Amino acid sequence: MDVARREVVDRDAAARDLPDSPEGPVPPGVPDGPAAPARPSAAADRRGGGGTGVRLALMAVPAAFFALFFGYPVAAIVFRGLHEGGRWQSGRIAQVLGDPDILQVLWFTLWQAAASTALTLALALPGAYVFARFDFPGKRLLRAVVTVPFVLPTVVVGSAFLALAGRGGALDVWFGMRLDTSVWAILLAHVFFNYAVVVRTVGSLWSQLDPRQEEAARVLGAGRFTAWRRITLPALAPSVAAAALIVFLFTFTSFGVIQVLGGPRYATLEVEIYRQTATLLDLPTAAVLTLTQLVAVAALLAVHAWALRRRESALSLVPAEYTARRPAGPGQWTTVATVLGVMLVLTVVPLLVLVQRALDGPDGYGLAFFRALGARSDSATFVVAPVEAIGNSLAYAAVATAIALVVGGLAAAALTRRAGRLVRGFDALLMLPLGTSAVTVGFGFLVALDEPPLDLRSSWILVPLAQALVGVPFVIRTMLPVLRAVDVRLREAAAVLGASPLRAWREVDFPLVRRALLVAAGFAFTVSLGEFGATVFIARPDAPTLPVAVARMLGRAGEAHYGQAMALSTLLMLVCAGVLLALERVRTDGRREL
Amino acid sequence: MLRLDAVTVSFGERTALDAVDLEVAEHDTVCVLGPSGSGKSTLLRVVAGLQEVHSGRVLLSGQDQTGVPPHRRGVGLMFQDHQLFPQRDVAGNVGFGPRTHGMGRAEADRRVAELLDLVGLPGAGRRAVTALSGGEQQRVALARALAPEPRLLMLDEPLGQLDRGLRERLVVELRGLFRRLGTTVLAVTHDHGEAFALADRVVVMERGRIAQAGTPLEVWQRPASAFVARFLGFDNITPATVDGGTADTAWGKLPVPDDIPQGGGQVLVRPGGVLLREPREGLRCTVEARTFRGGDASTVTVLLRPDAGPPLEAACTLRDAPQEGAEVGVVFDPREVVALGDPHGAPDAAHTPAPRTAGPGQGPLVRPGPGDGGAVSPEAAP
Repeated sequence: MDVARREVVDRDAAARDLPDSPEGPVPPGVPDGPAAPARPSAAADRRGGGGTGVRLALMAVPAAFFALFFGYPVAAIVFRGLHEGGRWQSGRIAQVLGDPDILQVLWFTLWQAAASTALTLALALPGAYVFARFDFPGKRLLRAVVTVPFVLPTVVVGSAFLALAGRGGALDVWFGMRLDTSVWAILLAHVFFNYAVVVRTVGSLWSQLDPRQEEAARVLGAGRFTAWRRITLPALAPSVAAAALIVFLFTFTSFGVIQVLGGPRYATLEVEIYRQTATLLDLPTAAVLTLTQLVAVAALLAVHAWALRRRESALSLVPAEYTARRPAGPGQWTTVATVLGVMLVLTVVPLLVLVQRALDGPDGYGLAFFRALGARSDSATFVVAPVEAIGNSLAYAAVATAIALVVGGLAAAALTRRAGRLVRGFDALLMLPLGTSAVTVGFGFLVALDEPPLDLRSSWILVPLAQALVGVPFVIRTMLPVLRAVDVRLREAAAVLGASPLRAWREVDFPLVRRALLVAAGFAFTVSLGEFGATVFIARPDAPTLPVAVARMLGRAGEAHYGQAMALSTLLMLVCAGVLLALERVRTDGRREL
Repeated sequence: MLRLDAVTVSFGERTALDAVDLEVAEHDTVCVLGPSGSGKSTLLRVVAGLQEVHSGRVLLSGQDQTGVPPHRRGVGLMFQDHQLFPQRDVAGNVGFGPRTHGMGRAEADRRVAELLDLVGLPGAGRRAVTALSGGEQQRVALARALAPEPRLLMLDEPLGQLDRGLRERLVVELRGLFRRLGTTVLAVTHDHGEAFALADRVVVMERGRIAQAGTPLEVWQRPASAFVARFLGFDNITPATVDGGTADTAWGKLPVPDDIPQGGGQVLVRPGGVLLREPREGLRCTVEARTFRGGDASTVTVLLRPDAGPPLEAACTLRDAPQEGAEVGVVFDPREVVALGDPHGAPDAAHTPAPRTAGPGQGPLVRPGPGDGGAVSPEAAP
């Protein structure tokens, strides 16, 4: 009811926003607004309001999906935690937030996220610059390689850094340096993970900024740095802010990396929620922490939305091909080489070390650890051979991708229409799972979805559902700009030429969004593959996914387990990298909203 | 062929089409002319089925089109900015319509080649539409619209984005083409030159209503209202009281033709009827500016500031044009004085019957609105 009413208000505003002239493209669905005062016939009544109906129908499935598999489980956890003895225990909130240990966790979460973000920006902005302004051999391949960490499961990132900087790690062996007990391993892992976010969001805008703007400033008497600071930096600022917020969001809710690298000393909110829920069974504390995280993330997303709107300010953009050129002179070559060197050390070395540790068996280099994965363990860690986790992961991820494509595709289609406040709100809501405690969602599934008619506790579908939840925002972010770019009048042109709505969609829309759909599917697939926080709760012991299997192995003592974890991580990395490289071939324009 | 019965469309508070009646006969080319915001594009969208009507009916070949979706109406629409499908090449665009109508590939290919010849782009089938110039896109859009052989072809500002020289050439080409093919055409434009060159009949729209309809010549010679006159570029308009052979106006007494209605109203003096004389003779004016008005460079429009009344425009040859700042006298040629039936801006004219603009060529094609010959009558105005 409320939805319908706000929709009317939205459309009213849309009608007011119409330019004085109706000669331009008339947005569909606006003219027949239910608020139109002059409705002479009942026939018009029946015909009017089609746009709203279609949009609400499109939104119905995503809305139901999120209500059922996100809102309900999270609410159930909060309810169970804070509603005791028939009344709300609001005193618990103050009690938990006043606990010095919890305050310590909050403080660490906050400052490590801020430090990780600052460090990522400092190291990645030069990379964005080099990618945007220079042309060099192997640029496209390198761009893909840099993106590999972003789609890697957090558990793999954790193990890669453990392999690099942990006990017996590469740094330990060569330099006698161990970082796994220090916060530096965490920060560097976060940089490794998010480097691509900055390079790609800032870099794609940077590559389209017209260099002549800076040249104009130079001609007007500004030095090289002044011109950059006064002209380019302000143009980039909104996209830097947006990238920083995303990095902050990811690191603020970091789980897998900290779980592997943090040891007993370092815990983020997410890790603490996991500890309270899974180990201490202290649901009230977990509920308060979940709420805290939810509020923080919602605030961040609000700032993000604001930054995105700012980014839409008018900039002088040119195709990226015109702005990049070969480095000229030793100075520029040195710059490019240095930046690329740092980039390679940061992103490629951890991956290489991971592979090296996986191959470095008890009897010298070989596939011993990989072979061991196929054997059923005698311990209680695994009921099945670890290698089966690969099949499980692929199957789950495939189903999750299908769900995410349907839900995200429908949501994107609904959001394509003229954006009112309701639509923008819906948009932000769909982003929320990205930043919500995956642990809470996973545990919420167990708590909430255990009664008929929704008794899914023992169903395999639970895992893909949780994974799809994180995949959907990626699908929406990828599809939306492309869908919005399809001119309504192309569809109209097809209709006038005799194409039915379905055929118009198939022949006009689909060819234009096919690529975006593939890219979205790839992201959803890799994100599902790497999902850890929720899956760790709901994956059945006899059907673990790859990240769950890796974490379980890392949790056990022994060189063999460690090596097998590295081997499994390597396999997972190869699958993710393979998917990503396939995507790079699909996407040639390099644009991307996330 | 096409008939609109009291079609009304409103966007919220604003009425884009207000009980519009219109008829287009088979093989005719009708141009809807009006400033932006007058509802002319909405008119096309209504006929195509892309815009729902709030009341009234659209009939094509006598059949009510209410509830018929765009793809089943069998009309063609050429969009203002072409809207070529970017992912298809030229042949893919032109062949889209024939294929949706179930034509076989071989036959469709033949049709595409035929149409590309027709629009002067032979052999361009494999080219990417994004690589075409504006004029070429224009031609492809036209070929695409013609390809399914629509019973009615509609053009939205067909030449709007092209430069002047190309536009003038294309207008002539289009007119010849439509003649040859016998296509029924409904076009909208804001350029009266384009409309008059292209159309058998023109319909001038003002704020969702039809202000005047007729042949180009009729509309040009006898604008039905001050709005139409001003839209056609005539600005010498003033309230007048006609008594016998003279009209009392702000510019003094003007001689008027015999058939002009008596009493209060508005009159238009076409620039050609403003004759420049010695300063002592007639209405005394100061020359404010001189401008060329396109086309014939030897004709100059002289903007005059009379001692009394609103500014006046006079047309004269370059040789006779006075200097800026010069003092001249003005007398009026009664043959160039036209009575306007417009209620706006002339309160004392409210009860004067509007002049009938229906000439011999008016015929039954454009259904007269209630009360008068297609013009907005004082009674019908708000």
